[in-house]
Amino acid sequence: MTAAIIIQSLASGLLMGLLYGLIAVGLALIFGLMDVTNFAHGEFLMFAMYITFFCFSFFALDPLLSAPITAAVLFAFGAMVYMLIVRFAMRAKTNVGMVQIFATFGLAIVMRGLAQLFFTPDYRSIPTTWLGGKTISFAGIYLPAPQLAGGAVSILAFALLWVLIKRTDFGKALEATREDAGAVALVGIDRNKVFALGWGLGSALVGLAGAIMASFFYIYPDVGASFALIAYVTVALGGFGSVFGAFAGGIVVGLVEATTAMVLPPSLKSVGIYAVYLLVVFFRPRGLFGSI
Amino acid sequence: MLEAKDISVTYNGLIAVAGASITVNKGEIVCVAGANGAGKSSLLKAMVGMERPKTGSVKFDGEELVGIAPHLITAKGLAYVPENRRLFPRLSVRDNLRLGSYMYRSKADREAPLDMVFTLFPRLQERLDQRANTLSGGEQQMLAISRALMTRPRLLMLDEPSQGIMPKLVDEIFQAVTTIRDTGMTILIVEQRLTECLEISDRAYVLQTGRVTMSGSAAEISANPDVRRAYLGL
Repeated sequence: MTAAIIIQSLASGLLMGLLYGLIAVGLALIFGLMDVTNFAHGEFLMFAMYITFFCFSFFALDPLLSAPITAAVLFAFGAMVYMLIVRFAMRAKTNVGMVQIFATFGLAIVMRGLAQLFFTPDYRSIPTTWLGGKTISFAGIYLPAPQLAGGAVSILAFALLWVLIKRTDFGKALEATREDAGAVALVGIDRNKVFALGWGLGSALVGLAGAIMASFFYIYPDVGASFALIAYVTVALGGFGSVFGAFAGGIVVGLVEATTAMVLPPSLKSVGIYAVYLLVVFFRPRGLFGSI
Repeated sequence: MLEAKDISVTYNGLIAVAGASITVNKGEIVCVAGANGAGKSSLLKAMVGMERPKTGSVKFDGEELVGIAPHLITAKGLAYVPENRRLFPRLSVRDNLRLGSYMYRSKADREAPLDMVFTLFPRLQERLDQRANTLSGGEQQMLAISRALMTRPRLLMLDEPSQGIMPKLVDEIFQAVTTIRDTGMTILIVEQRLTECLEISDRAYVLQTGRVTMSGSAAEISANPDVRRAYLGL
C-alpha cells in the first residue's frame, strides 16, 4: 500500500466524514436543546433525498440548485413535527422519555411506510448531475467533484450555524433554552417557538446532507437507517448535546471508516467505527467534546 | 394595578393556596409575608402563569392573566424573579442581561435599562464576562433582578430576594428595591424576613397555610402584637 493510496482514502474518508458530521449536527442540535432524540432522523434524510430526486426528475433541477429548496422544506417539516407530535409527547405525565422515543420512532416507521407506498421500494438515482463524473486532482489525489462540493457545503453550513449560535440573539435564546427551558418565559421568550425553530434548524441541516447525498447514493425508503445509526454513534462519540462535538465526531467517523476499509474487507468497514465508539464509551463516557 | 382574587393552588390534591386575594396599587411596594410553606411562592407563580390556579382570577390593569402563557405575561410588563433565580448558569452576565431585553428590537430600547442596572449594582458591570454560575449568591440575585429590569416591566415581583444571601448584601438588595420603586415601578415582594421587608414596604399581607390572615399598612402590620410575637421575635 503506497502513501498515495493511504492519502487518497483518508481524503475520501474526510469528505464522507463531513457529511456524517452534518447529519449528526442536526441530531445533536435537537438533543442538546431539549433532550429529545429524534429517532426519525434517518427518515428525514431519506425524505430530503427523495425531494432532491423529484426536483431532478420533474423539474430537471440539479441537486446543487435544489439543495436550498430541500433544506427549506425540511426546515418547515421539522418545525411541524415538533408542533404536531413532539410538543404533545413532551406533555406526557409519566414516562416522558419513553413517550418521546415511541413518538419519534413511530414517526420513522410511518415515514418509511409512506415512502414505500408512494415512492415504491425501487432504488432510484440521479443519473446525471453537473458535477457527476467529474474529478478534481490535487497533488496526486483525485477527488470526485460531488463529494468535494458536499464537503464544502457541509463546512459552510456548519460555519453558518456556529455564527448563528454564537453571535446572534436567536443563538443566545437557543443556549438559554437549553440551559433552562422553564426560565426563558421570564424574559418573554416562547420556548415552544425556540423548540420549533430548533427542530427546523436541525432538520434543515439533515435536509442539506440529504440533498448532497442524493447525487451519489441510491435513494430508497430504507436508506436513512444506516446513516441514522452512524449519526447516533457520532453524537455519542462527539459528546451528547455538543454541536461542535457532533461535527468533529462525524469527521472522526469518516476517517476511521476509510482507514478500516483499507485494512479489512469492505463489508467490515463499519467495524472500526463501532470499535472506536466502544473505546470512547469505555474511557470517556461523556464523549470527546461532551460537557455533561 | 394588580388584583388577584380568590386564588387557590393545589399540587396533587395538596392545598398550597386556599382562596387568597391581594391587591397591588401603582407605585407601591407590597410585601407578602409568611413562614415556609405558607403558600407565598405558589401564589406568586399562579399570578405569573407558572402555575395554573385551580380557582381565582388575576387582573393586571384590568386584563385577565389566568390562562395566558407565562412569556406573554412577561410581555405585558409583569416581571418575575423566582425563588431560585433561574439564571442561565453557563451564559455570561452580559448574555443574561441581553436576553432580558430579547423582546425589544431597537438598540435604544434594549439598552435603556442598563444605566439603572449598573447604578444599582455596579459590581455586575465589573463581572460582565463572567459566567452567571461563578457569581456569589448575592450577585446572582442582583443579576436576576437586573435581568427582570431589562424586560422593562411596570410591575416587578420578587420571590424571597434575601434567600441564601449574606446579611450585608440583603440590605443592599432591599435598598435597591426602594430605588427601583422611586423610578416609578411597582413592586411585590414575597419574604420570610418580615422586619427588613416591612421597613421598605407600604403595605403588607400575612399568609398562613394558604390564606391571607392579616393585611394592612406596613406600620399596622409591624405594630400588630400577633405579628410581633410570631415573626419578629418580640
